[in-house]
Amino acid sequence: MTSMFSLVLAAILGLLAVASSIGFILQRRATEPGSVATVHNLNARIRSWWIMVAVFGGAILFGETSTVTLFAFLSFMALREFWTLTPSRRGDHVALFLSFFVVLPIHYVLLGTEWYGLFSIFIPVYAFLILPAVATLTGDVNEFLARSARVQWGLMLTVYSISHAPALLMLETGTPPALLLVYLVVVVQLSDVFQYVWGKLLGKHRFSPNISPSKTIEGLVGGGASAILVGTLLYRLTPFSPLQAAAISTVIVVAGFFGGFVLSAIKRDLNAKDWGYVIEGHGGVLDRLDSITFAAPLFFHIIRYWFTV
Amino acid sequence: MIAIIRRFLVLLVRILVGARSEWRGCAPDPSRRIYFANHNSHIDTVAVMAALPWPVRRMTHPVAARDYWGTSAFRRFIAEKGLRAVLIDRKPLPDTDPLAPIERLLEEGRSVLIFPEGTRSTTDEIAPFRSGIFRLACRLPDVDLVPIHLDNLQRILPKGSMLIVPITCTARFGKPLRVEPGEEKAEFLARARAAVIELADGGHTA
Repeated sequence: MTSMFSLVLAAILGLLAVASSIGFILQRRATEPGSVATVHNLNARIRSWWIMVAVFGGAILFGETSTVTLFAFLSFMALREFWTLTPSRRGDHVALFLSFFVVLPIHYVLLGTEWYGLFSIFIPVYAFLILPAVATLTGDVNEFLARSARVQWGLMLTVYSISHAPALLMLETGTPPALLLVYLVVVVQLSDVFQYVWGKLLGKHRFSPNISPSKTIEGLVGGGASAILVGTLLYRLTPFSPLQAAAISTVIVVAGFFGGFVLSAIKRDLNAKDWGYVIEGHGGVLDRLDSITFAAPLFFHIIRYWFTV
Repeated sequence: MIAIIRRFLVLLVRILVGARSEWRGCAPDPSRRIYFANHNSHIDTVAVMAALPWPVRRMTHPVAARDYWGTSAFRRFIAEKGLRAVLIDRKPLPDTDPLAPIERLLEEGRSVLIFPEGTRSTTDEIAPFRSGIFRLACRLPDVDLVPIHLDNLQRILPKGSMLIVPITCTARFGKPLRVEPGEEKAEFLARARAAVIELADGGHTA
């Protein structure tokens, strides 16, 4: 795994070096205020990518525990961003406290100890029943259905879905599971990056101005096709044949599109532009992981069903 | 040692509630000012302190109620040493001046942070302001009063709960104000309160 992983890491670092150089050249050339702002944001994004690659790559190199811990922390940040924007009432206070400090840690402990049976039902079944039950004890019935739904969806998106990325580590497929995680993250994130690049270069027709004003049809098609191509070429990281890799990358890319759209739709509903502020140029953790929330569970189950030994 | 505890408090608050600052109406400045904010939770004093940049924080003293923060050695230590708070009497004895310690600090060139609602409110409404802020503003007419709005605190640690929910809190700093010549007490208090309310609308879409 180490040699394969080193190759991927080297390729990503090379790509980042190229991106940084292009950013540097563009910065010297940009003159009008509009393009200066775009280039400024581009360079902020590239700087953040260096940090994200270092953190994620470092966690993978250190092993399973550090990887699961990193994702537990990311889920925590994402859940916090979710609740910073989403309204809650006094009657939700205990349910929110349990979400952060009981449900999230237990879920990641189940993942870390590879207790798959309980891992897969703990949030969708038990948190689903227990949290509204706790909320009834305060007697606040105002918008009870909507509030229960928010509590549950916050957990499903930011904890349950995202955790299916590190959950790949418990699957035995004959290839090192860390490479499957790298494969998923690389395809999803490259799809976002390529969409951004294609959209900036060629984008004309807005795909869905209501939900995500910057996404264009050119960006989606070009970005998606590029990511599927890379996903196919990287089939050696996985137990897939090249054809299977193409099909599975397509699933990842399409799910990633919808993850981004659904999370954007929620943001629009809450009148926000970004989920948070911790990643310079990108917004919050949830702005970066929105595609993962949809792609990770699908990828996990495809592999678990068809590729585990 | 105390300095380490102070840093630790700030770090803890940053991790727990984010304590982000957004300077809307003025820039951070260590010169003497009277900061005033809405009051929802025990966290809000530490949240504002953590949101201030270090050079400003160093010069700023929160004003806390002696009947709460002075009641045990631990609370006293957190308030006086950890936060450099100045404790005042909410129900002063006759013939004493509860504002004197605050005035003394301002005369030394330091800043203070006060919560003019007097007590933590239990709703999202900002309670009417008590008159202390007006008396301070009259006695020190050349000091800027900076309104602060703290969001989400009600949801982080509501009154009556011991459980902290780590939602991010943003401290929004507004445009400084002073008492206008001839301005009445009620008029000024309403204007100061309005300045805090005005900062309430979410900064996310701005």
